[in-house]
Amino acid sequence: MMRGAGFWIGAAVFIALAFAMALTIRNEYAFFAGFVVLQFIVLATAWNILGGYAGYVNFGTSAFFGVGVYTAVFLLKAVAAPLWIQIGVAALVGAALGLGVGLLTLRLRGIFFSIATVAITIIAETLITNWKFVGGATGVQLLRPPVTPPFDSYIKMLFVIAAIMVVIAVALARYVQNSGIGRGLRAIRDDEIAAECSGVPTLNLKLVACALSGALMCAAGAPSAMYLQFADPVSAFNLNYSVSALAMSLIGGTSHWIGPVLGAILLATTQQLLTVTISSEINVLVLGVMLVLFVVVAPEGIIGLARKVWRLVRRGSS
Amino acid sequence: MSEVLLRVDGVSKRFGGFTALEGISVDIRPGERFGLIGPNGSGKTTLINCISGVLPSDGGSIRFDGYDITRLPAYKRTRRGIARSFQVPRPFRSMTVLENLLVAIDFAVVGHGLSTRQADDEVFAILEKIGLADKAHISSGQLSQVELRKMELARAMAARPKLLISDEAMAGLAGSEVDEVLDVLLKLNAEGITVIMIEHIMQAVMRFSERVMCLDAGRIICEGTPQAVMNDKRVQEAYLGA
Repeated sequence: MMRGAGFWIGAAVFIALAFAMALTIRNEYAFFAGFVVLQFIVLATAWNILGGYAGYVNFGTSAFFGVGVYTAVFLLKAVAAPLWIQIGVAALVGAALGLGVGLLTLRLRGIFFSIATVAITIIAETLITNWKFVGGATGVQLLRPPVTPPFDSYIKMLFVIAAIMVVIAVALARYVQNSGIGRGLRAIRDDEIAAECSGVPTLNLKLVACALSGALMCAAGAPSAMYLQFADPVSAFNLNYSVSALAMSLIGGTSHWIGPVLGAILLATTQQLLTVTISSEINVLVLGVMLVLFVVVAPEGIIGLARKVWRLVRRGSS
Repeated sequence: MSEVLLRVDGVSKRFGGFTALEGISVDIRPGERFGLIGPNGSGKTTLINCISGVLPSDGGSIRFDGYDITRLPAYKRTRRGIARSFQVPRPFRSMTVLENLLVAIDFAVVGHGLSTRQADDEVFAILEKIGLADKAHISSGQLSQVELRKMELARAMAARPKLLISDEAMAGLAGSEVDEVLDVLLKLNAEGITVIMIEHIMQAVMRFSERVMCLDAGRIICEGTPQAVMNDKRVQEAYLGA
């Protein structure tokens, strides 16, 4: 009970803080960079629901993200839908896509599943590249509608929306982790056949995880269209999203919802700093180096490292 | 309850061009202690996989407790009352022994309506019976071989089965440990649970079983009382490779 209350107080403080920042800080760049960090928290958290809890390593994050971007583009062009509808519909599309993709791929295990998910990105990107209405291969320019008060700039509004999405994503991941679904997914990760023979409906649970994960990834992609005011298939379906979401979860630690959050904050912030100070190319390198470093030194991520240190400290004091 | 708990009727299984099982038919009565023997590769584990739903059978039908379960996925068979252990133990390594059993209670016993406390109590009662109560809070990855075997049986029991299938639960154990596991199986059977035991250790099979069936190359070559099966010429040939 107490721990639950603590979580929600933290979430409320977090959103209030984001809101206060948006109303007081003048420099737009902080929000421009902050939005990306928040977006990656959502993506990494979403990835971890299937990839971390169930152990199904998914390389399809960019497919879901891109579909989210283009759901927003389509709704904007077709019916000039407001942002919250874009995000909501993207979540529904993502859930449906997750379910569909899951039915096709979740019977595969291990590396075979991972390879299948790479293919999904390529299929989705090819489809969008050949769809003229949303801009095809050349992409499409988008005009932002006027900003809603009390915000004085669109980017600040997007920042606060991303903050709310972070809370929703993390709350969902936390719920899954602590519920029976979470224990079932862990059983699947440890041994799928034993799980099935212990009464765990493995396929159904994986589908639930895949649908939730997909919904959050698509929803994370939706505001991206308005953020960049431009969308093209190559950047919307960039494999970087897949690699980043995976790396952030692994570096943070996959066993607890806080892992992807920490990993995303650490990596996305570093990347943003490097993009400004050195170049935007180097951040991919940093991602790779850090991933290798963590896999070797701390295979259980930041969480595992913290637990180890905590154990040492306790032993030292007793 | 019907006179037959499990009816395997003409079950076949092929892997590509290899026929692992061919037209296996057998009835298991409620409360029976049934031994399944046969040389390596004779199809014992394949038959168990077809019964528990880990593998779909290619032909024939399987009825359990009055229902046709031939097409059911494994988890639904477990929920109907078929639980099993594995030849090579498959613990949930990231979990404690207690949590391993809770997975089975939470997922296999549908609508059990137990509180967290009651579920824990049930798990401890099972662990007590099997002699693992002092290991409840230990990570299952740290258990010894004999403890792993016991935990698998305990986890199967947590699913509240009518039929328990023990797939070589004694393989690789020392003599006294074999007796320990055998005692556990006898104790569970005494509580009314039907047990199918696959085993290579003949003494254990003979001591345990009321009825024994011997497979060779995917076919039943003999079935009957332990003594009759042991004395059967085909069985001796299959084992000695004459």
